[in-house]
Amino acid sequence: MAKKHIAAAFLATFALILTGCTAGGDSGGGDGKPSGDITVLTNRTDIVDTVFQDYKKTFEAKYPGTNVTFEAITDYEGEVNTRLSTKDYGDVLLIPSQVLPTQFSQFFEPLGNKDDLAKKYRFLNDKSYDGTQYGIPTFGSANGIVYNKKVWSDAGVKGLPTTPAAFIADLQLIKNNTQAIPYYTNYKDVWPLSQWQGPQGFTGKTTVVKDRDSSDAPWSAGSEENIIDGLIYDIVSNGLSEPDPLTTAWESSKPALAKGEIGTMLLGSWSVIQMQEAATAAGTDPADIGYMPFPYQTDGKYNVTIAGDFNNAINVNSSNKVTARAWIDWFTDESGYSELSGALPTAIDGATPDTLKDLDAAGVNYVQLDAPENPSLDSDIYNAAEIDLFGGIYRQKLVDIARGAADGDKESYFAQLNQKWAEARAGAGS
Amino acid sequence: MGRSTSGRRVLSAVTRLAGALLPLAEPAVTAGQKKRAGRSGVRHRKITPYLFLIVPLAFLITFTYVPAANLIWFSVTDWDGIDKTKNIVGADNFIEIFTDPEVFRVFYVSLFYIAASFIQMGLALYFATVLSFSTRFRNLFKGILFFPYLINGVAIGLMFLYFFQPDGTLDSLLKAVGLQEVTTQWLGNPDAVNPSLAATSVWRYTGLNFVLFLGAIQSIPSQLYEAADLDGANRFQQFRFIIVPGIKRIISLSFILAISGSLAVFEIPFIMTGGANGSATFVIETIRQAFTFRQVGLASAMAVVLLVIVLIVTLVQRKLLPDDEVNLT
Repeated sequence: MAKKHIAAAFLATFALILTGCTAGGDSGGGDGKPSGDITVLTNRTDIVDTVFQDYKKTFEAKYPGTNVTFEAITDYEGEVNTRLSTKDYGDVLLIPSQVLPTQFSQFFEPLGNKDDLAKKYRFLNDKSYDGTQYGIPTFGSANGIVYNKKVWSDAGVKGLPTTPAAFIADLQLIKNNTQAIPYYTNYKDVWPLSQWQGPQGFTGKTTVVKDRDSSDAPWSAGSEENIIDGLIYDIVSNGLSEPDPLTTAWESSKPALAKGEIGTMLLGSWSVIQMQEAATAAGTDPADIGYMPFPYQTDGKYNVTIAGDFNNAINVNSSNKVTARAWIDWFTDESGYSELSGALPTAIDGATPDTLKDLDAAGVNYVQLDAPENPSLDSDIYNAAEIDLFGGIYRQKLVDIARGAADGDKESYFAQLNQKWAEARAGAGS
Repeated sequence: MGRSTSGRRVLSAVTRLAGALLPLAEPAVTAGQKKRAGRSGVRHRKITPYLFLIVPLAFLITFTYVPAANLIWFSVTDWDGIDKTKNIVGADNFIEIFTDPEVFRVFYVSLFYIAASFIQMGLALYFATVLSFSTRFRNLFKGILFFPYLINGVAIGLMFLYFFQPDGTLDSLLKAVGLQEVTTQWLGNPDAVNPSLAATSVWRYTGLNFVLFLGAIQSIPSQLYEAADLDGANRFQQFRFIIVPGIKRIISLSFILAISGSLAVFEIPFIMTGGANGSATFVIETIRQAFTFRQVGLASAMAVVLLVIVLIVTLVQRKLLPDDEVNLT
């Protein structure tokens, strides 16, 4: 008897929980004209109450009867990844980076044929699958190195370095001739180390991802990974980075670079505008902030990889897809968001922003990487190998080895990475 | 009546399970049974306890058992944390944990925290004993010792980050007393990082142990001390033969908490180093597997392994120290 009652109590409990879940309705937006409510998820907690409110006004004026609500999320990636397992992740959202192309159709509404959209937009490779586009980039970034021009010229450096060895020599000059820390790894915050993967393609090979995935030794001499990670190793082992990497802090590194206490950091071009703001706040000249390509030339030219940042997409469960689509189109074409971010516009004919004038002056060749044939192969391999190319944990280990805090040397670590990669590649069934 | 007692037995088992969530349930049952003896009351009498139980059980099931069941389910899949389909891979995840030396290496880090937790218990016991006798300013000292436990873990992490910085508080202090040659990169030096973090942990949790011990010591009747005094026992003998046996249960409870706490260390290393420089603990490694390498299945298996280890430690401890009827957990 008693057991039955308990079972009944359990059932009642579940019933209570379930009714809580199914409550809630939807509104507006049949076919055709945009109208009704949409919710837009954004990572820009800093400007959601200012700039985004102007966007809302302009959009609602263009499409009367619509109502846009923003939801700004501080830990955007982490939170939205979790929310994808529910149906409640807004109408318009930014695609979290860890969703694989093969999974797009589970979560996002197709936005059209990729080739059609490519007539108007660029950076479409990342968020398309099988010729269908699922996301439209908010803007594009170039990948290079942000530096303090004054520090570099005070140290006596003339011209931009064209090889990794010249880059090391220039950092050595900074160390010898100035008080500045030549290079700042931002080791403790981990993600700044992930930025090192950004310049991939600097040799001008647009097939770099595919090459890596078809190789059992991507860290062998002469490969891009070897050059990138070798450069980190040399910077640290030559004592050209901060003395105690465990006590670094991203926020304080920005004013330090602006004030010339730090010479150089490898970061995406999105960082330029933040450094300039830090310079203004610190009372130094924003014009001192420069941006240079990765120190490597092919046939006498730098190659700078450009790629899309976050992509706007529509929730496949949205009840107001028409308005959601109108918002994405308006946001991409008319909002001026990319200009605000000092970034490359998504539109093919958009102008290069002021922040990247340095790259134009250096006569760089802009490169867009090819879409790999099997878009999830790369992440399948690096996740299985536990080499987080776009994270930074394995590069922390590299820094540890380079500064003598862990066993091994450059060759032994690269051999180990090659071995793990090969094993994971075998397991990924390629 | 037999039925009623069996019902009660089941109920009290459930109550014990639910722990502190159910302070109201038991009195309600007894009251109902005493007052409603009439025939029409029989039905009510049976339903009432379960009605009272619904709310706490709903919380318990929703926030403890459903997530735990999900965890076990994820641990036998290859789920990446996002995909809508989860493929069952059986025991593969568990095999990987016990064959991958890197995953297992993190237990070595736990040893630092286990060692530190013994130091911590020693310190706490020492201070609790000293302050249980009449000492000058004892309330002030009690406050000072307990205070760190009240500070938010994130604040402690940030505070000690500055404390350990090169030329930070610790280095300045050592220089001021002429010990500059012992300064090192407290977090940057791979030999120093784990002891530094474990020391931070000791600083934080000594207060909790201290209060537990002090409370137990003060519950020892004062006549025992008087009698010991008359017999000519000194302070150490009082400690050895009165206090230690008197608080044995609290010590063994602290022991379990210390071991399971050492295996599950998270906040302080995560905030201060993010697990870099060989300071990753089991929980940090689990988080990395789940959120950096998208192997939620493997990470869930690691969490299950941690749960099992803690259960085993607890069982072993109970076997070794069976005198434990009073349930203090």
